[in-house]
Amino acid sequence: MSSPPSPAAVAPPQGAELDPPSTLAGALRVFEYCLLTYRRTWRGSVVSSFLNPALFLLAMGVGLGSLVDKGHTSGATASLGHVTYLQYLAPGLLAATLMQIAAFECTYPVMAAIKWVRTYFAMLASPVGVTGIVLGRFLWVAARLLMTAVIFVLVMALFGAVESVDVVWAIPVSVLTGLAYAGPITAFAATRENDAAFAGLFRFVIMPMFLFSGTFFPISQLPPVLRPIAYLTPLWHGVTLCRQLAFGHATAVGVVSHCGYLLAWTLVGLALAVVTHRRRLVV
Amino acid sequence: MSVTPEPGAPLIEATSLTKRFGTFVAVDGIDFEVQPGEAFGFLGPNGAGKTSTMRMIAAVSPVTEGRLRILGLDPATDGSRIRSRLGVVPQEDSLDLELTVFENLLIYGRYFGMSRPVIRKRADELLEFVHLSDRRDDQVDPLSGGLKRRLTIARSLINDPTLVLLDEPTTGLDPQARHVLWDRLYRLKQQGVTLVLTTHYMDEAEQLCDRLVVMDDARIVAEGSPRQLIERWASREVVELRFAVGQQDDAVPLLEGLGDRLEVLPDRVLVSTDEGDKVAAEATERGLLPESVVVRRASLEDVFLRLTGRTLVD
Repeated sequence: MSSPPSPAAVAPPQGAELDPPSTLAGALRVFEYCLLTYRRTWRGSVVSSFLNPALFLLAMGVGLGSLVDKGHTSGATASLGHVTYLQYLAPGLLAATLMQIAAFECTYPVMAAIKWVRTYFAMLASPVGVTGIVLGRFLWVAARLLMTAVIFVLVMALFGAVESVDVVWAIPVSVLTGLAYAGPITAFAATRENDAAFAGLFRFVIMPMFLFSGTFFPISQLPPVLRPIAYLTPLWHGVTLCRQLAFGHATAVGVVSHCGYLLAWTLVGLALAVVTHRRRLVV
Repeated sequence: MSVTPEPGAPLIEATSLTKRFGTFVAVDGIDFEVQPGEAFGFLGPNGAGKTSTMRMIAAVSPVTEGRLRILGLDPATDGSRIRSRLGVVPQEDSLDLELTVFENLLIYGRYFGMSRPVIRKRADELLEFVHLSDRRDDQVDPLSGGLKRRLTIARSLINDPTLVLLDEPTTGLDPQARHVLWDRLYRLKQQGVTLVLTTHYMDEAEQLCDRLVVMDDARIVAEGSPRQLIERWASREVVELRFAVGQQDDAVPLLEGLGDRLEVLPDRVLVSTDEGDKVAAEATERGLLPESVVVRRASLEDVFLRLTGRTLVD
């Protein structure tokens, strides 16, 4: 276990790199860590990715939907754009579900990595820097969202909730919707001393958005004073665009503006997350 | 395993090194150097500033003031490059409890940009080194504190570091586990790896350190080899007198003038002297009836007591 003496203070170690990794290279190593830990829990996560949309589509789409569609001649509801309630609900629920998953992935696991298991401190002792950690974890969340979205769309197809193959375009948009929440929530999580605030976040921020951002009914049904708030939520943009894409109604302007809005939240959130993580981890 | 730097160049150089958190001064302008191949210790009670110093050396905590060079590099600008050459054993274990013993080493090697085949080979060597080969594929969570500590040490060596930093390596371990760990660290030292460690255990410092600094209240109060420190700051021997409960206060006045120095602790009286047996005999002649009399060689504990007027918190 000895190597010949070398004249330089920083001599190449056996097998380890000499030059520090780029941010992206560091991020990929963190991503690899996330994959390694996911290998232990993937079965449960895949099962719940199937069950969650299946139960929701069954209860709300099929069960409640049968009441909504009642009396409409073709079985489709005019006020929803001449589609069945199930078809109306499914693409919106896709975006809303990914928001919830992103919110979960960016709260408790972040607190664990900072405080409970201290994974981030182990990473920081290596050449991987703070930006690499935040970005790598973010890539992982994106991958996790993508898996969930693909499974969700498969379940939609099983339920006959897919009108056309265009629904595949809703997959990247729903992932982007999740990421629009992932950035700011990760940034927020790194400022917390414990998980007490997370319950409030889910109850008073995530859940109201889930219910009132156009997922279950058009926001034209909301009282006029609340509508502007709904327009501001990233989820409304995600739900709207996913629905338009699924029905083939999307316009270029719509795609660019909705995606732009979601991307802005994503990137600002990501930048904030780097700042709050640095403040928390580098002291 | 060692990488020798330019002859004469220290691996760590600190000048007026200072760390402040807001108005709290954790490290107050300390100077020290660590030479290649040396085992260097920071000895002091909890809160003396040892961990803050270690975190600055590990290039994970920014220097507030002063100058710090590690492997000739400035941590403010070359942090990542420095960290690629370090092995770190933090005070609190940061092992991944969801992964196996081997996977912990694997992913850590990946952080350092090592290829899987290289890590695999090195991981097996290191598990052998810390006597964990038979636990290679076990989960980490159920391992005992001592085994987790050994795994953390193996993990810190995965990148073949030039410098290994150990923050309180044996705190919280039972005596047997501590001895196993000391043995492994001693082996590393013999292989030429430079060790920097913090401890509040005197015996640990005496066992492992070629040279150490005593820290108290954010400052360095003494520096030298364990032997030098004892010679300079303590007498040759120490007589420990323990009295029955409540009797010590009455006994202390009668001890005046005995030996070179008298140190009154809550539970015992220490008499520094070069002739322990003579002092012990004289104490009895003065009519004192201590419950126990122990004559021992002076240790770093006595040095610390002399320098700070306090015992180390154990």
